[in-house]
Amino acid sequence: MSTTASTAGEAGASDRAGASRRTGTFYRGDPGMWSWVLHRITGVLTFFFLFVHVLDTALVRVSPNAYDEVIETYKNPVVNLLEVALVGAVLYHALNGIRVLLVDFWSRGTQFQRPMLWTIIGVWVLVMVPGTYFMLERTVSELFGGGN
Amino acid sequence: MTAQSETLALDKPRSPRRPAARRSNFELYSWVFMRISGLALVVLVLGHLFIMNILDGGVHRLNFAFVAGRWASPFWQFWDLAMLWLAQLHGGNGLRTIIDDYARRDSTRFWLKMLLYVSMVLILFVGTLVIFTFDPDIPAS
Ligand code: HEM
Ligand code: HEM
Repeated sequence: MSTTASTAGEAGASDRAGASRRTGTFYRGDPGMWSWVLHRITGVLTFFFLFVHVLDTALVRVSPNAYDEVIETYKNPVVNLLEVALVGAVLYHALNGIRVLLVDFWSRGTQFQRPMLWTIIGVWVLVMVPGTYFMLERTVSELFGGGN
Repeated sequence: MTAQSETLALDKPRSPRRPAARRSNFELYSWVFMRISGLALVVLVLGHLFIMNILDGGVHRLNFAFVAGRWASPFWQFWDLAMLWLAQLHGGNGLRTIIDDYARRDSTRFWLKMLLYVSMVLILFVGTLVIFTFDPDIPAS
């Protein structure tokens, strides 16, 4: 037990300080690992949302009023913010999913996995800035703009 | 991995005949499925989110009449149906992997998967039924 732990510790310490960290033999703690953690979290989140979402859509089979009442919650300011978060999560998952596909199927995918991570983060920001604006525009103007 | 090395640790590894390893290719197919469905979902889900949240008025224009207008067209019916099935199977398969990763006891794993499969069947059934039986003239309340 203790032997294993100390060996691993030493190996870790020397490797982390030395070349193999730079040449990327360490996965743990690498941005590549965090991109996977986020991919997992956003995937689960979307799946849970979908569960609720199909059930709320099913209210169209109950009555127009029942559906309209539930869909009103989507227009609530707080829920509106959650929608931005959901869109952000799905967008990250989609972009990172494309990156995973390129790593798996493109001959030079592994070599470029890190620049591709910075690229998808860049794309994410570029899409989310105007996206957030359009999603919140009306809510914000109704809350703070005096309203018409 | 373990299963494989166990199969190879035979008494007579070079004997001309040994029982074929009874492995299924399910995990390979599900790996491929995750990638193909993911590609399709990029268009389906991001398109859906763009239409619902950003295009003319976003969520503020959503109501029964809006859905009735969309589901009058077979194109959007098919879009939603494909999105329902692919997202549910893709997400469900992803969750199956996650349960395998984190559940420590066999019984926990078994029951979590049962819960997952039941919820998948429920959602696929309800979602499909709703698209196929949608009635724009249903009474208001
Ligand atoms: C806040 C974001 C979202 C809004 C406002 C929204 C809105 C809607 C609306 C109004 C419908 C009714 C059918 C139609 O008009 O096409 C619908 C159906 C559907 N949505 Fe979304 N959606 C959102 C996010 C998502 C996401 C992230 C997914 C996928 C993971 C998704 C999957 C579906 C599916 C599968 C259906 C069909 C449901 C059925 O078969 O009964 N939606 N959505
Ligand atoms: C929008 C397009 C999407 C793309 C391109 C995509 C891509 C992928 C890929 C390639 C994987 C496999 C990752 C791996 O094997 O390491 C994956 C996993 C997963 N996806 Fe998606 N996906 C998309 C949408 C969705 C949706 C709508 C959901 C939820 C309903 C979802 C839930 C999941 C889950 C739960 C996993 C498992 C994560 C894990 O094992 O760590 N994905 N996705």
